[in-house]
Amino acid sequence: MIAYLIRRLLYALPILIGVNVLTFALFFLVNTPDDMARLHLGVKRVTADAVAKWKTERGYDKPLFVNAGATGLGKVTETIFFDKSLAMFAFRFGASDDGRDIAHEIKTRMWPSLAIALPTFVIGLMVDISVALILIFFRRSYVEWSGVVLLVALMSVSGLFYIIGGQFLFAKVWQLAPISGYQPGFNASRFVWLPILIGVVGGVGAGARWYRTLFLEEAGKDYVRTARAKGLSEAAVLFRHILKNGMVPILTGAVAVFPLLFMGSLILESFFGIPGLGSYTIDAIGSQDFAIVRAIVFLGAALYIVGLILTDISYTLVDPRVRLS
Amino acid sequence: MRPVLLWTDGLIWLLVAGLIAFVWLVRRHEHLRVPWRKLASDPVAVAAAVVLLFFTAIAVSDSIHFRLALPAGAGGGTHYSPEVRSVLDVLSGPLAKQQEKSYSAPFACRLFTRETVTLADGRQVRIYPRLRYGGAHLDDPERQRTGDIMVRVGYGLVGGALAWLALWLGLRPWFGRAASGPTIRNTLLVLCLFSGFLVALGPYYHVLGTDKVGQDVLYATLKSVRTGVLIGALTTLVTLPLSIGLGVSAGYFGGRVDDAVQYLYTTLNAIPGVLLIAAAVLIMQTQLESHPGWFETGTERADLRLLFLCLILGMTSWTGLARLLRGETLKVRELDYVMAARAFGVSDIRILLRHILPNVQHIVLISVAMDFSGLVLAEAVLSYVGVGVDPTMPSFGNMINGARLELAREPAVWWQLASAFAFMFALVLAANLFADSVQDAMDPRSRRRA
Repeated sequence: MIAYLIRRLLYALPILIGVNVLTFALFFLVNTPDDMARLHLGVKRVTADAVAKWKTERGYDKPLFVNAGATGLGKVTETIFFDKSLAMFAFRFGASDDGRDIAHEIKTRMWPSLAIALPTFVIGLMVDISVALILIFFRRSYVEWSGVVLLVALMSVSGLFYIIGGQFLFAKVWQLAPISGYQPGFNASRFVWLPILIGVVGGVGAGARWYRTLFLEEAGKDYVRTARAKGLSEAAVLFRHILKNGMVPILTGAVAVFPLLFMGSLILESFFGIPGLGSYTIDAIGSQDFAIVRAIVFLGAALYIVGLILTDISYTLVDPRVRLS
Repeated sequence: MRPVLLWTDGLIWLLVAGLIAFVWLVRRHEHLRVPWRKLASDPVAVAAAVVLLFFTAIAVSDSIHFRLALPAGAGGGTHYSPEVRSVLDVLSGPLAKQQEKSYSAPFACRLFTRETVTLADGRQVRIYPRLRYGGAHLDDPERQRTGDIMVRVGYGLVGGALAWLALWLGLRPWFGRAASGPTIRNTLLVLCLFSGFLVALGPYYHVLGTDKVGQDVLYATLKSVRTGVLIGALTTLVTLPLSIGLGVSAGYFGGRVDDAVQYLYTTLNAIPGVLLIAAAVLIMQTQLESHPGWFETGTERADLRLLFLCLILGMTSWTGLARLLRGETLKVRELDYVMAARAFGVSDIRILLRHILPNVQHIVLISVAMDFSGLVLAEAVLSYVGVGVDPTMPSFGNMINGARLELAREPAVWWQLASAFAFMFALVLAANLFADSVQDAMDPRSRRRA
């Protein structure tokens, strides 16, 4: 087990390096620090001095890969690649354009993101599975047919409309929740229930439909027919056999996305003014703060890989046929 | 008049040509026709396909562009207007030009906001002024409007019904006796009545109101259809070569090739999708800004940006299909007839083209159909994040983005959001229903289940 985990971690390393090199190429080779400086200072009528000053302030004035001016190890370490890219493996993200420490921001903004993403995920999972089970229970009836049509319709509505509509109805017309904002601690519940509700409703179309196909596949298998043949009630077949076996792909899929919950939801957070990582990212994209975008990309990739490894482990836990080797 | 061929125009016509070639190919081979025949017997699929064709027609008619010649000036020689127009602009007639001052509600005759107006006797009053075009033919809008609208709706429905009759008489020799005939007939009737309603009322009222700068919302919505359809379709065009080439070769050749392709798509998947797109779009933006020589007019610039957006979306979204194709190729590779072909010494290229590709094509078709709706929805989100299409380009995302704050007004300005919602919903729902049916008809697994 331990040996397997170490091997998986070593396998993850090239992927992280790949992400790192890719973002480095995107942000420093295609788009040179000079381009960035001009973008921030205004495209026209920028003096070379201003560009140089901007680059020095942010540490972009070093050579990309090899610093011929430095001595010894400094030839490699006194470069943008080492400073801005390799440093991320030690979770040193540097400072954003307004001078704040990105790692600190990430640590404080993680919690509001989780306060929304975690309940949305858990409640959403339960609602989706329940809806899917109900549809399976009423298999080949009008209930199932109309249910599926409703799910497809729900799925065809842009997520933006769920947020805009929900905010308009609940916060503006009925005034049941504050339109936006956030407070830490127990007061948070006042602010987060509406985004959570919207997140769950917005996801039920795609989620329940996907789980329904998983359960349907399970329902077509031989052991289900055997269970019915030996006289089990439909409810017993559904809960004891189909649900139990259908949960295997659902849970392992859930484990894969679980670490990514830390990243929060981009759109929900920015609409509701939640100071989480999602709105942080949106703001960074809006103000073209490349340092933050780079840090978040790296963080997301690292969490994705954690998710992959957790999925492998969870397979061995829920499915005895799978052994790590 | 000088025709203008935008990049995306060329590609969309290429896509249409490819589609026609595909249909021709399918018609010639009986084994390829079987799943399509099954699809044609599904009324939901047929209705969805007709609606999709309707949207495609709007998009395609908006993809023939030209610049009008300006009246000859003193210098001699012909100059062309900087404004690029399309066939849809001509077809929609007065819609594009009937610009009001600011917001007005659907079917309104007066502006949404009060203005200070100087009367003939010099007094100044604050009233809701009459619109320049909406209901301008009425003398006393408050009393005449309802009756006038009723009469015009009647004209529109009768005209639509007549158009439908003519259309159906033309189409009947082909579809009249097919199982899908009644579905096509009924869907066409609904679309014709709807179009007739718009054609009859469009020149006299702003059926969907006007936006902040007074532009007709119906016109903006029609123009947005092209952007949505294009993003869905062109991205596929970029995705397919990548995912088919890499996915199939990874599965077929195995070994090093497989390792390399797997590494590539795991790495790309590891980066959160929106962020990768955002990063690429930010960089594209700086590149466009530093190369003003790449485009002549604002439209061409927006078009170039749309093209790059499709490229970027394609580069980031090929991984899912590639993974599926790799898995399926691994299975097909071991089948007896592929082994036999290899034993006979058939070259790899020939085996791939004649034996592997035809056996994985259903996966490609299902995935194309499934991805289309997702891409249309993605456009709206990306525009909200600020990394979507050009802000000057009419698109559903830009419409929602521009209108979402206006709900906070008292009374709320709801018509922009409502029309973006309705058209987008119709397009995406049709695409989703069609994709569902395609999956049912093509996926051997679901065929067994049925």
